Amino acid sequence: MTQLPFLSLTERDREEMLASVGVASVDELFRDIPKGLRFDRTLDLEPPLSEPEIVAHLSELAERNAHTGRELSFLGAGIYDHYVPSLVDALLARGEFLTAYTPYQPEMSQGVLQAIFEYQTVICELTGMDVSNASGYDGPAVTADACYIAKHTTGRSKVALSEAVNPQVRQVVKTYAPGFGLEIVEVPHRDGVTDPDELREAAADAACAIFQQPNFFGCLEPAPDLAAAVSEQGGLAIAYVDPLSLGVLEAPGRYGCAIAVGEGQPAGNYQAYGGPHYGFLAARSDYVRRMPGRIVGETTDLSGKRGYVLTLQTREQHIRREKATHNITTNQTLLALAGLMYLSWLGPQGLREVGETCLALAEYAKERLGLPLLFPEQTTFKEFAVRVGRPANEAIAVAREAGVHPGYALRRDYSGMEDALLVCVTEKRTREDIDRLAETLAA
Amino acid sequence: MPELPTGLRRVKLPRLPELSEPEVVRHFTALADRTFGVDTGFYPLGSCTMKHNPRTNERVVNLPGFRDLHPLQEEDGAQGALELMWRLQEILAEVAGLDAVSLQPAAGSQGELTGLMLMRAYFADRGESERDTIFVADTAHGTNPASVTMAGYSLQKVGTDARGNLDVESLREQVNERTAGLMLTNPSTLGLFDESIEEVAAIFHDAGALLYYDGANLNAVCGISRPGDMGFDIVHYNLHKTFSQPHGGGGPGGGPVAVREMLEPFLPVPVVAREGERFGFDFDRPKTIGKVRGYYGPFGVFVRSYAFIRTYGPRLKEMSEAAVLNANYLLSRLRESYDLPFDRLCMHEFVLSARNLKREHGVSALDVAKRLMDYGFHPPTIYFPLIVPEALMIEPTESEPKERLDAFADAMLAIAREAAENKEVVKNAPQHRPVRRLDEVKAAKRAILKYAFDEHPDLSGEPGAAEAIEAQKGA
Amino acid sequence: MAAEESYPAELKYHAEHDWARVDGDTATVGITWYAQDALGEIVHFEPPEQGSSVAKDESYGEVESVKAVSDLIAPLSGEVAEVNQTLLDAPETINEEPYGEGWLIRIRLSEPSEVDGLMDVDAYRKLLEEQ
Repeated sequence: MTQLPFLSLTERDREEMLASVGVASVDELFRDIPKGLRFDRTLDLEPPLSEPEIVAHLSELAERNAHTGRELSFLGAGIYDHYVPSLVDALLARGEFLTAYTPYQPEMSQGVLQAIFEYQTVICELTGMDVSNASGYDGPAVTADACYIAKHTTGRSKVALSEAVNPQVRQVVKTYAPGFGLEIVEVPHRDGVTDPDELREAAADAACAIFQQPNFFGCLEPAPDLAAAVSEQGGLAIAYVDPLSLGVLEAPGRYGCAIAVGEGQPAGNYQAYGGPHYGFLAARSDYVRRMPGRIVGETTDLSGKRGYVLTLQTREQHIRREKATHNITTNQTLLALAGLMYLSWLGPQGLREVGETCLALAEYAKERLGLPLLFPEQTTFKEFAVRVGRPANEAIAVAREAGVHPGYALRRDYSGMEDALLVCVTEKRTREDIDRLAETLAA
Repeated sequence: MPELPTGLRRVKLPRLPELSEPEVVRHFTALADRTFGVDTGFYPLGSCTMKHNPRTNERVVNLPGFRDLHPLQEEDGAQGALELMWRLQEILAEVAGLDAVSLQPAAGSQGELTGLMLMRAYFADRGESERDTIFVADTAHGTNPASVTMAGYSLQKVGTDARGNLDVESLREQVNERTAGLMLTNPSTLGLFDESIEEVAAIFHDAGALLYYDGANLNAVCGISRPGDMGFDIVHYNLHKTFSQPHGGGGPGGGPVAVREMLEPFLPVPVVAREGERFGFDFDRPKTIGKVRGYYGPFGVFVRSYAFIRTYGPRLKEMSEAAVLNANYLLSRLRESYDLPFDRLCMHEFVLSARNLKREHGVSALDVAKRLMDYGFHPPTIYFPLIVPEALMIEPTESEPKERLDAFADAMLAIAREAAENKEVVKNAPQHRPVRRLDEVKAAKRAILKYAFDEHPDLSGEPGAAEAIEAQKGA
Repeated sequence: MAAEESYPAELKYHAEHDWARVDGDTATVGITWYAQDALGEIVHFEPPEQGSSVAKDESYGEVESVKAVSDLIAPLSGEVAEVNQTLLDAPETINEEPYGEGWLIRIRLSEPSEVDGLMDVDAYRKLLEEQ
């Protein structure tokens, strides 16, 4: 049989090694497995493929997907087609980043430790918070994590959740709630935004309340009023934010939030059919001992030289076990690193420009489409909802025939929004693209 | 441009780096240079399965049809992605010997939590909500007990017998109608296959409870013994360990779960289903536990792992055989110089103890680990599992050639000699890394967790602890 | 600087390596030299709230080194009358002066008779020898 490409032993190696172990065959190495449990046939899998065959097979599968290079896409709703610069691809491909493990041995891992320290800095700067962890699984998962922090720091068990928060996020929070000992109360949106008085009422005796800025409909929430409403009730205000909005929109830490969370994908990650991406979680310093996951700190070595280590590890599962703040171990470091590279490339002015470009293009699109807005009273960021005058899925199907994906059908998550289309415009779309969308939808 | 409402517009811009592109590239290249990966050298980190990450994986995951596909694209525009997920589900079910798979969990620990929530939903559906206790071995990764708490269960620890197997007698006494299940890694974190697993499974099943398989060590038994056949009802895989998703300096991972038929109705939504030549999502699952993360799981991880498995096909068994042979060979070369707490053939990893060096020369497992760095190797996992003092947990994986294993064994033997003859060189290691041992006490006490710009403190002038202390780790 | 090993004769001891200095209906409590040595340099003290109640043999707080967490076990029952504020900023005081400035809390005793169940120094030293 041919040698498998990722194995390194020769027949002679095997013989010498078996002799050193003192067994006659490879099979004998497995003698501790009870006889009845030895798998007695060959795995029923398709035959091995060579590297060219693998590439051909996967290319064929990839070819059958309508990606955003093939369809002109206005799909957003949580995952966004922002530009990822070339240097992110090139630097992430460095084998040292790609193939390192968690930096438990700091002398071997100063580079990745420093990168995480810089990532924490950047996330704190974006959100206006004091402390960030080294990343969580994704936006939805870190939102559930934030509720778990709130439960333990307030001793309360209710979570007030705005209905204008991304449905993916709400579903995940609800899934974890029973195990976490949480009860979820949803607060309806009013004309596309959350009402501070209603949130205040729902947040009575709540551990926390969660709103999204900009919210799932693309509308700007009265975020400072929402945060104040929650704080008045003694709960933690948690904002779910889009990192790319934070060059133009105020940081949650500056309007009274205790915790800021979000999906990092818009900053530096490809859409990748939903993952892997990174969730960011940042909080005021009061909550540092309840933070989930890894955190990197600065220190010095024996000779007084600056260095970085994983710190405050007594929070974590490998030390505190059943009393840990979370069970997370593997996180999303490589994707967070992409985020750091992206933001380092963009810089503060660049971040503001991307935000302003999205904002301006979205306004142009609203005007150019000429369709009635679902929430005409609200200010929006890079997404807005329109009424297309027929079931939105039909409009989508017709537009896709013309090579345009016009947006997301809100009926998938909200009743009474049969004809509502959520349109997203990133800085990658041009005015000509928007003109084409308008013509397609008008056809 | 619309006017943003007062109070919503950002006043002070975030202080992001302000660098030219060439400087950004140099900065991250310098950081890469100060990081050690599997590509750099041997990385025998026990419990982490640091195998070679084929570059084919990276090529295919970056195909635009995968990379630039929006998760909310209509199903007819994602047939290739859906087929890939469906195929991966089928493969994973065959490897585990179970019936149905959800790819959704983002990592092993999220898979654990998913598995426990499945148990909860299953028992609630049967009207057996009084089952509130999960048994976990004392050799378990910390994630197991942590998951038990997060799922709202009570923890019951199980001891290990003199051969490194679960203490069957205590299980027989303690498992009862309040028991929901057992979480177990098999082979265990000691690198040993539990010889009593059939008996253990019978104890739990006879009591109406379920068995959960922590797939951290699946690399030992692919195509050799299947968790489903061992009696496990729920399995999580670590795609980043067994199936070559690169570890990325800490992530991403992938933690799919497989279940026996009776648990299938409770799997997270959506499930990928096939109807003739079409693939689609099944969202209509009234008994589902819900969603454990956004969308469908870490899709890019699926692409890499699928490509990896297709390279082996039915010969996946040879991967596990090579991993186990490598581990046993390395053990045969080291057993005279380090203590071996459980003297058996190992599976894909083994646990030594440096307690002999500690007792005789005052050289600890930490010292051995640091000295290995000077020889150009990444250290093994140390101080885990907790039941072995001065533990050195070594997992070479199937990737390594004999020459590399020999070089590592030579270094380990040299360090054991140095402990006796030239202890200071071991205690002062490493000398040839970008930094020497770091002051972790200072890091914890004066936690500096981000750059503070003008107010950033200078720690170098501060008195620190004389000796750095390393935290123990699980994987 | 870590303290020299010692176990003062005037204190009462609990098997979980806590000591109590009883004064009328109040007890000052802390952890023994042995406990702080096993833990290593203490980097964090998680105190109970003043006014909360503590029960003998049960956990009332935690101390942490960089590699371990240890529950603090109350040697006696009562109400937390005072928490040693010094430790919040300087937890290493526990290592430096485990029986002096490194005390943890003062308890207003609800069951003063529990004192009779604690060990004297000889019994505690004997316990340590057995470990």
